[in-house]
Amino acid sequence: MRVLHFVIAFALMGCQEPINNPHPEDLVGTRTLFSSFSERPKHLDPARAYSSNEIEFIGQIYEPPLQYSFLKRPYELEPLTLTAMPRLTLLDAQGRVLPSDAPATKVAQSVYELHLRDDIRYQPHPAFVPAMHQIDPRIVAGLDDFPERASRVVTAADYVHQIKRLADPRVSSPIFGLMREYIVGLGDLGDRLMARQKIGQPINLEAESLDGAVAVDARTVRITLRGRYPQFNYWLAMPFFAPIPPEVERFYARPGMIEKNLSLDWQPVGSGPFFLAENDPNRVMRLLRNPHYHADFYPGSPDLRLPLIDQAVYSLEKEDIPYWGKFLQGYYDSSGIASDTFDQAIRIAPDGTPELSAEMRERNLQLVTALRPSLWYVGFNQLDPVLGGSTVAARKLRQALSIALDWEEFISIFLNGRGIPAQDPIPPGIFGHREGEAGVNPVTHVWQSNHLQRRPLADAKKLLLEAGWPEGRHAQTGVPLVLYLDTMAGGADAKARLDWYRKQFAKLGVQLVVRATDYNRFQDKMLKGSAQIFEWGWNADYPDPENFLFLLYGPNRKAGLNGENAANYKNPEFDQLFVRMKDMENSPARQAVIDQMLALVQEDAPWAFAYIGKTYALRHGWMASRTPNLMANNTLKYTDLNPASRVAYQHTWNRPALWPLVVVLLGAMLIGVLALRAWQRRDQAKGRA
Amino acid sequence: MNLAWNFQPTVLISDVLLFLLLAAVGIYVWRTSYSENARATWRRVFASRMGRWAAWVMVFFISLGVLDSLHFRTAVETPAGQVQQYSGEVLSVLDALLTPLRMAGEKTYSAPFAKTLLVKESVTLADGSVVRLAPVIAHIHPLGTDKVGQDVLYLALKSVRTGLLIGTLTTLVMLPFACALGIVAGYFGGWVDDAIQYLYTTLNSIPGVLLIAAAVLVVDVQIDAHAEWFNNAAARADLRLLALCAILGLTGWTGLARLLRAETLKLRELDYIQAARAFGVSHARILARHVLPNVAHLVIITVVLDFSGLVLAEAVLSYVGAGVDPATPSFGNMINAARLELAREPVVWWPLATAFVFLFALVLAANLFADAVRAAFDPRGAR
Amino acid sequence: MIRYLIRRLFYALPILLGVNLLTFALFFGVSSPDDMARIHLGGKRVTAEAVERWKVQHGYDLPHFYNAAGEGVEQVTQTLFVQKSLHLFTLDFGTADDGRDIGREIGKRMWPSLVVALPTFLLGLVVYLATALFLVFFRNTALDTVGVVMLVALMSISGLFYVIGGQVLLAKWWQWAPISGYAPGLSGLQFLFLPVLIGVVSGIGDASRFYRALFLEEAGRDYVRTAHAKGLSPFRVLFRHILGNAAIPILTGVVVVIPRLFLGSLILESFFGIPGLGSYTIDAIQAQDFAIVRGMVFLGSLLYIVGLTLTDLSYAWVDPRVRLQ
Repeated sequence: MRVLHFVIAFALMGCQEPINNPHPEDLVGTRTLFSSFSERPKHLDPARAYSSNEIEFIGQIYEPPLQYSFLKRPYELEPLTLTAMPRLTLLDAQGRVLPSDAPATKVAQSVYELHLRDDIRYQPHPAFVPAMHQIDPRIVAGLDDFPERASRVVTAADYVHQIKRLADPRVSSPIFGLMREYIVGLGDLGDRLMARQKIGQPINLEAESLDGAVAVDARTVRITLRGRYPQFNYWLAMPFFAPIPPEVERFYARPGMIEKNLSLDWQPVGSGPFFLAENDPNRVMRLLRNPHYHADFYPGSPDLRLPLIDQAVYSLEKEDIPYWGKFLQGYYDSSGIASDTFDQAIRIAPDGTPELSAEMRERNLQLVTALRPSLWYVGFNQLDPVLGGSTVAARKLRQALSIALDWEEFISIFLNGRGIPAQDPIPPGIFGHREGEAGVNPVTHVWQSNHLQRRPLADAKKLLLEAGWPEGRHAQTGVPLVLYLDTMAGGADAKARLDWYRKQFAKLGVQLVVRATDYNRFQDKMLKGSAQIFEWGWNADYPDPENFLFLLYGPNRKAGLNGENAANYKNPEFDQLFVRMKDMENSPARQAVIDQMLALVQEDAPWAFAYIGKTYALRHGWMASRTPNLMANNTLKYTDLNPASRVAYQHTWNRPALWPLVVVLLGAMLIGVLALRAWQRRDQAKGRA
Repeated sequence: MNLAWNFQPTVLISDVLLFLLLAAVGIYVWRTSYSENARATWRRVFASRMGRWAAWVMVFFISLGVLDSLHFRTAVETPAGQVQQYSGEVLSVLDALLTPLRMAGEKTYSAPFAKTLLVKESVTLADGSVVRLAPVIAHIHPLGTDKVGQDVLYLALKSVRTGLLIGTLTTLVMLPFACALGIVAGYFGGWVDDAIQYLYTTLNSIPGVLLIAAAVLVVDVQIDAHAEWFNNAAARADLRLLALCAILGLTGWTGLARLLRAETLKLRELDYIQAARAFGVSHARILARHVLPNVAHLVIITVVLDFSGLVLAEAVLSYVGAGVDPATPSFGNMINAARLELAREPVVWWPLATAFVFLFALVLAANLFADAVRAAFDPRGAR
Repeated sequence: MIRYLIRRLFYALPILLGVNLLTFALFFGVSSPDDMARIHLGGKRVTAEAVERWKVQHGYDLPHFYNAAGEGVEQVTQTLFVQKSLHLFTLDFGTADDGRDIGREIGKRMWPSLVVALPTFLLGLVVYLATALFLVFFRNTALDTVGVVMLVALMSISGLFYVIGGQVLLAKWWQWAPISGYAPGLSGLQFLFLPVLIGVVSGIGDASRFYRALFLEEAGRDYVRTAHAKGLSPFRVLFRHILGNAAIPILTGVVVVIPRLFLGSLILESFFGIPGLGSYTIDAIQAQDFAIVRGMVFLGSLLYIVGLTLTDLSYAWVDPRVRLQ
């Protein structure tokens, strides 16, 4: 048997490592994190990247002025590259300084002053060596062909440069539309640049001036906003406001660069704890420790200098089965739990809290749970003649459907309990959310013996009757009610989910037609406002109720106006309250306004509030335990692991099974014997003949 | 009022086409019964044990498909004095026969013949404590239930119709193109031949899956843009299925056309056709009376051979995302949904195993039947 | 010879043009440039202005066939058809919607595809031919009957089952190889084992049966009977006469697919995470990156035509009776 083992091992790999280790051999035993990505990031330019899979990388590479404190809850901002939090000065129309509690209507401008630390340095890069700008890009194959690299200190001008880039039509930043409303002069700059591009003139951002973003000196940036915008600090914690060195942009802009994928979109240059050493988004992305990273320590531990690991290797993994399989074999360090593998990993303890199954505990895994600051909902298009609008009948119909959609069942089937039914548009962890009885949506739920309970179907049927659709048929004509659900659901799990939707509506005798389309067509329909019912989700940009309630703000409608209010909900009372709430500080007064707003949307039911997902993640025993921070995007620097322990586990978990080989060999021998006998018989037959 | 007998027949387009096809086969059988030659050939098909077996299995599957193609809508209670209304849900005779399976939905997975669901649930007891237990289920499911608790046997039986339609209706689309173009190209030669050859070389040179995927996307856009064409979900799914058949047919006629062209090239030089031409018989007449009957065996062999390939193609196309409507029960959709279930623990093997067994039986029977047909019809095979 | 190749080339041009027209009609019928812009700008906060800007940047702001605003030749050249479709003839595939150069990407990705497809193809050919010869050798025995039935059974199993089953069985349970992945060079050998094995096994039913039929046809010919009657050893007859004479039909079937090996396999590559052209194509279909799909369709057709030409050449090489004019 041992000989056989040796033969296989030799034939397949010829080394001591388990033959199914998918990672390069020279990384075994190093302080390297092995993780995965499922979709190649499209943009790594910080002015452009907005998807979570892009932010996952550039969050480690770029450093905006602020960051979320790693351990504090509720989430709180702290300076990252600044010496202190930005200093805010409010000015009125005449340029006079106002007190910080001045009413929003009086504030004409908000001035933010940012003071930079002096030890922030960029990663090594050829663009910082003037001589490298002289090498013709057409004769190089990649960045490695530039022989020299250097670094330099981040200056205020770099921050200003990046803010200007938000207006650059060549970059097409997704937040330009929003920021031009606030940053003074940004819209004009964008229009100016657009006009230049149209007539084919070159664009030089360094020569353009922007009133709203000025480098006062090498260490001070002044940003001027129109009016008041308390949420701006949160934007300052996103890579959109990270520094970009102008010489790097010049370096990449030379002809011959973009053809070799040498651009900010593919080869980022930042000051963060890591830099992108290898970018092959078809296969692997590799982050290496930035040797010039500034002094940064784990909160409360001045001896733990960040980053704690040397390298992070992200492999492309599109399918769930290989991903989960490799995780169990010890080749990935942490894993989210796909619903389908849930039972294997998790048991619910008698007191209702999830814990690891015996098998997983034997493997020394750790379970991490957290509620995501995101929500799912089923929207009812308010422009729809049947169930939209503010008529009593339409509202009752929506309410009936909201009751019938049994999200408790959905959570148990599709999420295996990893979620809670939503009562309103504000998820837990965000200011304005109400726990327990105070948070119950009276339209769909009741509070019974200290427990949230969905209203019985009879209530929904009664509402349906009152809406003029007894038993799902029109009260006068008897025509059955047929509704349409638009979804961009695709993939293996979609059918089961769509079947579930149909079942929910059928409980009321209402027929549901599902129109599954691709993302593209779905967007198109939403923009035209021609969908009837749709499912959608929202991920918080920042932990403020404004970022959720604006999804229902009338002037933010999707149809025609291309806002994010996809249900096209419009209630003047709600809109008025929203404007008031938007600029308030977190306070009981703000909570009161929010309570009023929530009551309005619960009654109007423009959405069936679906659920708030819980994140369950598994980590191997060799990973240092960390509380997940779901707002921060630069968490890689806090990650830590024990490589020796990992190697030991990989060896015990990966031993190829040999018996199938024996079976195959026996089978081959059997065929051989049969063939021989057939051969002999034929020979004999011939001999006789 | 007895609701069970109060129904309105509903006819989907694919039903019409399927029955047309059956009628065509019927006519063929009726005509065959007068031709001693053809009867002898068909007797050869059924002479082999394998062929007979395969034929019986096919008959079983086809009758499932036929039962599933007789659609109706049941009446709903309507207040007296008003026009009788019918439910929007379209059912088939098969659905009606399988009512016990169809209506016995569970909440989620349960193993074959299991008495409880597969997954445990947190249940809050009266005293407020939470326990984890698997709920008891009310019905027996011989092949278990899937993720949303539908009976797997029912799903598999429903999938048969989709497979049959794809295997047969595609041929229906393909045949006119293949026959007309192939025979015309071979018979007339010259620029007609060049043009037709150009057409099929062009189509042939495009990788098949890409062409089909692109075409399916086009059709999807059209279907979405015209939601008003459909008054119920069944009609919509039906059109999507038909579109897929049409696309497969329009991209798949080249092989048969090439065969027919080559055969016609040979036939054209034969004495009796030369003679017919010399007597001034019209081209149309020659093609219909002399050429077509003499290439019929090629058509039959190809049709039967293509069937299994098409049924298998549906599964792959569903994986690529260019298959039938996700709501249509089909083997491709079943496999696609079930492949993730192998990673579960305990393994949910029954949906995948069921899809495997049914698809395997259907395709195997089709392949064996095709073999028997080829052996009987192909003059070289008869040796 | 050279003249033949040139003639062949001229014959290929109209076909490629036809492919070009067909795909253009299909892809610009599926989705307007507005749709493309929206999917690439991402879901959050997309304004009409951003869409417009994207279109200008990627050259999608042109009319389809005729540009009234242009001057002279530009009325025809400054159109979507010329810019996005006809340009393929220069093997300039343009840039993908994410800004990457498609030609460069194809150049990078065709090697992983080939690294998987070529061993699968070669090993497959050997295994299929060997199986077919084995069965023909034992024709009219129980071994042949059982073998054929097994082949029919194998070809009645959907390819998806081979991939799903193979991955779960061989990699997840038996741990013979990494579940998926790819690495260039020798260290990548361990990744090839599984896809190649599964690729070979999934094709065995169809191919071996086809070759068996081919061999049987040869075996039924008179010269084979004569050879047997002369008392030649059955091995000699099998390898010299049957295999030798079946070489031409085998060759026609085989040579034509060789260039297409570069395109890789859609399903194998996406299941096993191989960064080849097959997974590139699937991703492009799902992301609706029309530039890539257009490029791949064109490339596929081109390689097919190369395959046809190669077939003709190899024909002449194997069979001296065939002359190329």
